[in-house]
Amino acid sequence: MKRKFIVCDPYKCVDCSICELACSAIKEGVFNPLLSRIHMVRIEPEISMSIACCLCQEPDCVKACPKKALTQDETGLIRVHTVGYKCDGCGCCIAACKWGAIALHPKEGVAMVCDLCEPNEPECVKACPKEALALATIVEVARESEKEETAKILKEVFKDSGNL
Amino acid sequence: MFGYTGKILYVNLNTGKTKVESLSEEFCKKYIGGVGFATRLLYDNNKPRMDPYNPDNTLIFASGPVGGTLVPTGNKYSVASKSPLTGFIGDAISCSFWPRELKAAGYDALVIKGRADKPIYLFIDDDKVQLKDAKACWGKSPIETEELIREELGDAFVRVTAIGLAGEKLVRFACISNDSGRHNAGRTGLGAVMGSKNLKAVAVRGTKTIQVANLDELKQICYDLYEKAQGPATDKYRILGTPQNLLVFNRLGCLPTRNWQQATFEEAEKVSGEQMLENFVTNIPACAGCPIACEHVCLVKDGPYTGTQSPGSIDYETLYALGPNCGIGYFPAIIKAAVLCDHYGMDTISTGLAVSWAMECYENRLLTQTDTGGLELRFGNYEAYLQLIDRIAHREGIGDLLANGVKRASEQLGKGSEHFAMHIKGLELPGYDIRGLKTAALGFAVTARGGCHNRSGAYEFDIGGVVDRLKAEKDRGKLAMESEDYAAVFDSMVLCKFIRRCFKDFYAEAARLYTLVTGFKMEAGELRKAGERIINLKKAFNIREGWTRKDDRLPPRVMKDPIPDGIAKGSLVTPEEFDVMLDGYYEARGWANNGLLPKQKLYELGLDDIAEKMGV
Repeated sequence: MKRKFIVCDPYKCVDCSICELACSAIKEGVFNPLLSRIHMVRIEPEISMSIACCLCQEPDCVKACPKKALTQDETGLIRVHTVGYKCDGCGCCIAACKWGAIALHPKEGVAMVCDLCEPNEPECVKACPKEALALATIVEVARESEKEETAKILKEVFKDSGNL
Repeated sequence: MFGYTGKILYVNLNTGKTKVESLSEEFCKKYIGGVGFATRLLYDNNKPRMDPYNPDNTLIFASGPVGGTLVPTGNKYSVASKSPLTGFIGDAISCSFWPRELKAAGYDALVIKGRADKPIYLFIDDDKVQLKDAKACWGKSPIETEELIREELGDAFVRVTAIGLAGEKLVRFACISNDSGRHNAGRTGLGAVMGSKNLKAVAVRGTKTIQVANLDELKQICYDLYEKAQGPATDKYRILGTPQNLLVFNRLGCLPTRNWQQATFEEAEKVSGEQMLENFVTNIPACAGCPIACEHVCLVKDGPYTGTQSPGSIDYETLYALGPNCGIGYFPAIIKAAVLCDHYGMDTISTGLAVSWAMECYENRLLTQTDTGGLELRFGNYEAYLQLIDRIAHREGIGDLLANGVKRASEQLGKGSEHFAMHIKGLELPGYDIRGLKTAALGFAVTARGGCHNRSGAYEFDIGGVVDRLKAEKDRGKLAMESEDYAAVFDSMVLCKFIRRCFKDFYAEAARLYTLVTGFKMEAGELRKAGERIINLKKAFNIREGWTRKDDRLPPRVMKDPIPDGIAKGSLVTPEEFDVMLDGYYEARGWANNGLLPKQKLYELGLDDIAEKMGV
């Protein structure tokens, strides 16, 4: 519950995909959305948001890996191992992730997962021009939307009083 | 190469053969990309004075050096060909994911020649280029075409740019639409050139990477620009969008109404940007790589057109041309008309002006109800106007005449209708009443592609109060020139003009961006000169097609009918005033008084080959 991950506010997201380019730039030093650890989702014409690893409590990707190449560390981050129990790019984790947050590295053929750019600030959050992305816990997200919803209800209830 | 992919793809539709050529550093620095590349490639690949529908007429798509990187608004592409509407150079710009995908596939530009013997679409899958059967998409809208192609290829991430029915029917102002019909390379009828080649669409899938010369510094500059793009520099585009112009122009008395008979619209409040935002806008997304977000997607929620949703933004020019210009004050009808234009793939400005020209003909009894096939084409009759748009796209009845644009239509009809055919060089005019915006009158008259607010921003001097907009002076020539060169650099980088106010010193900052991206050293002065070179090159193309000074003209109405209403009442541009400004423009450009290009000027710009061919 205390783990922070990349959260996208769909009301602020404009689908510019700048997060994808910023991610590929910081991780690989080049621009290519296919090398991004965050993924833009666009359902025409109205829904837009970006999704990265949610650091699930009981991650399906880890369970699904037949090679035991994925583990979750104590901070919640998913680690893809390339030595020992080695990722062979079978894609089971990609299929298992219900968020669609994992992708296959097109050149190296191993799974790519968001690592929050630790120990630095996440590059996508820094780049997002609309401040739609944030590093937050699920509790914080819930509290924000709770506040918004409450404000909406209060406005509706007291709309004639002139006090709000 | 950094920034650039360094490659141009040539496709011959006659034979299906392709070849790839490399770009040189010299070519890149001289022509930058986008419009600059497209103009040079068109000049080199086209034979003079051929019919625009001749299979040998080259169709070019070109992206810019900053596309696909973090540079804000850099994902744009230019399309160029000889225009079926003007007979001169036709170039149009569109944006978002398609141009980025073209670069990811490994090409800066795509040069298409020839004509396929049956409808096809081009599929560029990185290095693999195929011509594929487009029978299933023929007759379909750009959006449907994209869906069908994605389904056929089994790849939801293929990016598609396509024509609609209008392009197939050779409507002379058909456009090319990409990314679910949200963005259009709208002007000068390049969709018809695509149609004449039996080329329904260009689908692209690219997996390659783009590298830049100095990532760290570039990133910092880009992030700063993103921040500026959330401030007052882009307020207009983010909040109300360009429709903000409508009420402003109405107040200034430069909102062309009823085919330019008036310059204010009594129902302007009903079709304003404010109305649009409050009642119709559902979402405001952005293009790929754009920190501004200006696409005001509209939905009609009640009335006879309930459920009509625009695939992309409704912008000022669409609103003006299909609204006040046709005397229409019912917003849902304008959205419906815009959606019809998107469905068929037609330029909304030219469509609006063709319709309004027909309405004025009808009201003056130059066209009767028999001619119009029963349509009562009075100004404001939106039911008739929607039917007319259908007929234009299908080239049915009166629609067949209008599908040729107002220049040809008025020449064919005669009876004095040329007087109110509102075009320059055959390109229908955007929504600025230039009778009361005299720098703009000059700017629009001289642009190579015809009456256009995107290739010349000269109206900014008038509307911004930099000059007295009702006065014509010789030194307006210099302003018009600077505005054109500036636009040419934007269109070649390619950057969106909506970000222009985020730059303090555009040439210096853009040159820096260029250097950081490409690694090629570029100075502000050099970049400015590239803009001038590109404008001269466009002019050279037009001269080769038979351009003379009398083609830089204003429509008769602008020179004869004074504005009857609003605060600019009484204003017009007399032929004498216009000549003074035009002389000033040619002088500022260093051109001969007849507008031809002196050898010395061309050598100075490094256009030696053209100097030898046509320099005077």
